[in-house]
Amino acid sequence: MSDMSSHSAEERTVNTSQMKVSDTEVAIDVVGMHKWYGDFHVLRDIDLKVMRGERIVIAGPSGSGKSTLIRCMNRLEEHQQGQIIVNGVELTADLKRIDEVRREVGMVFQHFNLFPHLTILQNLTLAPIWVRGIPQAEAEATAMHYLERVKIPEQANKFPGQLSGGQQQRVAIARSLCMQPKIMLFDEPTSALDPEMVKEVLEVMISLAEEGMTMLCVTHEMGFARQVANRVIFMDQGQIIEQNDPETFFSNPQHERTKLFLSQILH
Amino acid sequence: MAVQDNLAAPPRTAFYNDPVIRGIIYQIVVAGLVVAFLAWIIFNTAQNLAAQNKSTGFGFLFETSGFGISFTLIPFDRSSYYWQAFVVGLLNTLLVAVIGIVFATMLGFVLGVARLSSNWLIARFATVYVEVIRNIPLLLQLFFWYFAVLKAMPAVRQSFELPLSIFVNQRGIIVPRPLPDAEIFWVVVAAAAALVGAIALVVWATRVRTRTGHYPVSVAQGSRFAGAIVAFLVGYLAISMLGSVVPAVSAVSFLPLIGALVLAGLSLTKYGFYGRVFIGTAIGWAVADFLLSGMFGWLPRGVIVLGAALIALGVAWTMLTSDRRPAATEGKFPLALPILIVVAIPALVYWLTGASLAFEIPVLERFNFAGGLQLVPEMVALVVGLTIYTAAFIAENVRSGIQAVSKGQTEAASSLGLREGDRLRLVVVPQAMRVIIPPLTSQYLNLTKNSSLGAAIGYPELVNVFMGTTLNQTGKAIEVIAITMLVYLTLSLTTSAFMNWYNARVALVER
Amino acid sequence: MSFSYVRDHMVEPRPAPVNTAGPIAWARRNLFATPSDSLMTILAIVLLIWAIPPIYGFVAPNFLGGDAVPPGGIVEECRLETAGACWAYISARMSFFIYGFYPAEEYWRPNLVFALGALLIVPLLIPRVPFKRTNAILFFVVYPVICFYLLNGGVLGMRPVPTEQWGGLLVTLIISLVGIICSIPIGILLALGRQSKLPIIKTLCVMFIELWRAVPLITVLFMASVMLPLFMPQGTTVDKLLRALVGVTLFSSAYLAEVVRGGLQALPRGQYEAASSLGLSYWKSMWFIILPQALKHVIPGIVNSFIALFKDTSLVSIVGIFDLLNTVQAASSDIEWSSPTQAITGYLFAGMVFWVFCFAMSRYSIWMERRLDTGHKG
Repeated sequence: MSDMSSHSAEERTVNTSQMKVSDTEVAIDVVGMHKWYGDFHVLRDIDLKVMRGERIVIAGPSGSGKSTLIRCMNRLEEHQQGQIIVNGVELTADLKRIDEVRREVGMVFQHFNLFPHLTILQNLTLAPIWVRGIPQAEAEATAMHYLERVKIPEQANKFPGQLSGGQQQRVAIARSLCMQPKIMLFDEPTSALDPEMVKEVLEVMISLAEEGMTMLCVTHEMGFARQVANRVIFMDQGQIIEQNDPETFFSNPQHERTKLFLSQILH
Repeated sequence: MAVQDNLAAPPRTAFYNDPVIRGIIYQIVVAGLVVAFLAWIIFNTAQNLAAQNKSTGFGFLFETSGFGISFTLIPFDRSSYYWQAFVVGLLNTLLVAVIGIVFATMLGFVLGVARLSSNWLIARFATVYVEVIRNIPLLLQLFFWYFAVLKAMPAVRQSFELPLSIFVNQRGIIVPRPLPDAEIFWVVVAAAAALVGAIALVVWATRVRTRTGHYPVSVAQGSRFAGAIVAFLVGYLAISMLGSVVPAVSAVSFLPLIGALVLAGLSLTKYGFYGRVFIGTAIGWAVADFLLSGMFGWLPRGVIVLGAALIALGVAWTMLTSDRRPAATEGKFPLALPILIVVAIPALVYWLTGASLAFEIPVLERFNFAGGLQLVPEMVALVVGLTIYTAAFIAENVRSGIQAVSKGQTEAASSLGLREGDRLRLVVVPQAMRVIIPPLTSQYLNLTKNSSLGAAIGYPELVNVFMGTTLNQTGKAIEVIAITMLVYLTLSLTTSAFMNWYNARVALVER
Repeated sequence: MSFSYVRDHMVEPRPAPVNTAGPIAWARRNLFATPSDSLMTILAIVLLIWAIPPIYGFVAPNFLGGDAVPPGGIVEECRLETAGACWAYISARMSFFIYGFYPAEEYWRPNLVFALGALLIVPLLIPRVPFKRTNAILFFVVYPVICFYLLNGGVLGMRPVPTEQWGGLLVTLIISLVGIICSIPIGILLALGRQSKLPIIKTLCVMFIELWRAVPLITVLFMASVMLPLFMPQGTTVDKLLRALVGVTLFSSAYLAEVVRGGLQALPRGQYEAASSLGLSYWKSMWFIILPQALKHVIPGIVNSFIALFKDTSLVSIVGIFDLLNTVQAASSDIEWSSPTQAITGYLFAGMVFWVFCFAMSRYSIWMERRLDTGHKG
């Protein structure tokens, strides 16, 4: 156990440079994965390999299982068949492995899920202090750094309830970044926002992508997919129907369902 | 002309159609009616009292009461005054209220959490409890506990004897009476100081942990040695208890000592965890054996030992597979030191000052017990009834408080890598408590008000002593009822003042 | 790029693997998910094995394998050392528990009251049944009057039965029904008063509500039974049952006022503004617009107050009225049926009666709440 904590401390210092060297490394590997809710077969035969540094957008009609898929990747949902390997750790019922994966995988939710009883700064420093054991002053410095990145350092001492939706979502992104994750999962990050706030959140996500963060993003923002993604995955009825680079995906969809979906949303 | 028109008053309305005037008229009429009604009542009352040759006034409070009270916290006898009877009643009310609140809170929180347990059986059990208890009148439950359970206990001569010289019979529960000498005072002071010290230590260590990323070295190291001492003590206890199940263990007289030393030594190595598993298993086995043989005494001895062993194995399995994390470095609080402080310091003072705590053991004489402390059945029934009843309501408050924290909060905390314990401590509990505290406060108030039902089973609380006996003897209905109601009114207004303050504070913090 | 992929055939849904569905999976998930779960399950099962057989043996009559004496049994059986609950005693005393000292040859009168009540209340509680307004007026206004004359007698050649002879479940139901029926209008007025902008009216209502909510019901009952006669003009006597009714009504109207206030506050401001923009007077806008909506929303709250009131009526036994609890209490010292389990059987019976009423009402209130919730959204 003690060697593990020193291991993660080491990585903290090197992980910015590491992103570029390990371009071809596999970040997430999903093999033959199935998931049921009771008797309902939500995810069927999912095979997906995510390379480090990839930006993947997952699209699909509602109820197609896309949110469930990325929630499986940090075990907010458990799968029943197949394998999910994140950063070389296979997700099983073992709590220690789950903790290990969650420490390295950040997640941003549709409804932000900021902790309403803590200030913005406390929201950002909670996990670094209690999970990573980082001294408060250092955690706060990191938090301020990320708040500046998402352009709201002046809100540090307010409570989430005092912020607009767009600001809250940027705080939520910053909160995940404070844990210096290797992978970021976005679960419809802009769906609950008023239209004028979508842009400010997307800007933050784009700048994150430009820095080489491995990202999986469930979203309906096709503009974002075109601009940022290097791969678009289309899901329907719990399975991956089609995946391709955004250029081909939008200009030349292959599967009937993909064509239908795109014709419905692209005008 | 035009200008003049504009400046002219708005079109005249009849004065009775003007809303302001209407409001005033309404109020005058209502106030007049209320005053007239009150005057009528006062007039009638005065006439009635005059007819009965009764006087009014609070002078009766300073007259001798001439009655005795079965259970008092302050000295009271026939020569005491009525105001002293009032104080006795008030103190008795507060006594059961405080005891009831403590127990009901504990039971209520356990049940509330149990209702949300992922274990179907446990959740169902808690649901049945809540649905049964809160749908039956409290008074009926009090009657049940008092008349059907406690009064149905055996007569004095056939008292049940429980461990530790506790006797249960029709006249209540008789426990040994502690006879502290003068030095015990210092032990109590030391115990209080140790508790405060231990809490301060926990707070300080948590602060240091937040500031620097790890618990203070002194605490971590101190805790290691404290852990060894605790392991020794608990290990000694565990092995001695094991002797009650496995006779071979008790055959070797020095085994507990050696075992405890081994366990203490083990706790300093990295295998200390397995020592704790052993201790847990041994105690689990002994306790399970004790309970099972009490519950199923008719089964063969071998079956019971085996059953207890199975349960002990369950304990071991639970401990072995539980979420383990290294002490002190990554987050688990070094608990052994504060525990040792709380236990050892009073013990040390006890030994140093040469204090002694004797107990007066109750002894059965011809007609009753001599010595010991008698807990009257009225009080036991009232405390049991209030606790069980109020716990059902508190459980519901706790459940809805926890449910009020959205699932997203737990998910967000998990996805940040916080573990179960930290998720609860840092995210769920602080939010749930804000929802729970206001209704919890009103449950406390309800419990206090409900303690007045003690009057029906003869517990001498405020209503019984004052509205009952005092009112009957003095006939000062108005004064007595006014004073009693004023007491409850004060309690209630204080409580709602607290709640307003609390709600305002929470609202201030969140927006 | 190598990741380009198009699915050629769709995967049909399959049933979940055995280890995730079916009873075994259910048990694993809900009883044995973690070791500590398993431990608690085992302990709970041990506890059940220990507790259920004796409880069953005590409660179940002998033809079902228990030790209880079934209804119709004789007292000697109940006096046996091994006997469980003495249901024979309950069946023998049943009419006392239901009617108190009401003369036996006049039982048809309370029975008629029960039947009429059931006939009126059932359609009132089912939302789909029409004629709600007529039904409500019948139940809340006409029914109590009929009941009074039926029970009290002295008209139409019915022999008078003084209230001292009323008792048992009859009185419990009367007190709680009268309490709720009288306290609804008072509660509404108090709630409106508390919302009012007129300071004197508001203050008076707040004082009234807070006073009764602050004190325990038992003090209110004492007050009603001791002080009410003093308040009346000289020479008037106030019936004992009436005193209790006054106390209960004062008490519950304060609680009901708070329930109604909740409903008034929950209405969107727009409703108030719309009402006044139509030019309706205060009373008209309350009567036609605000109250119908607010009251509909607080039906669950009113039912919950009724449950509390129903349980609280048991307190009238302290001021000497023979309600259900008091009849059970009185009968438990009945020499004719004296047996070791007499008292406990009585309490079990009374507990079951109260429980059935309260549990049914609470289910109704929960059902209504859900219905209103979805109605609001849809």
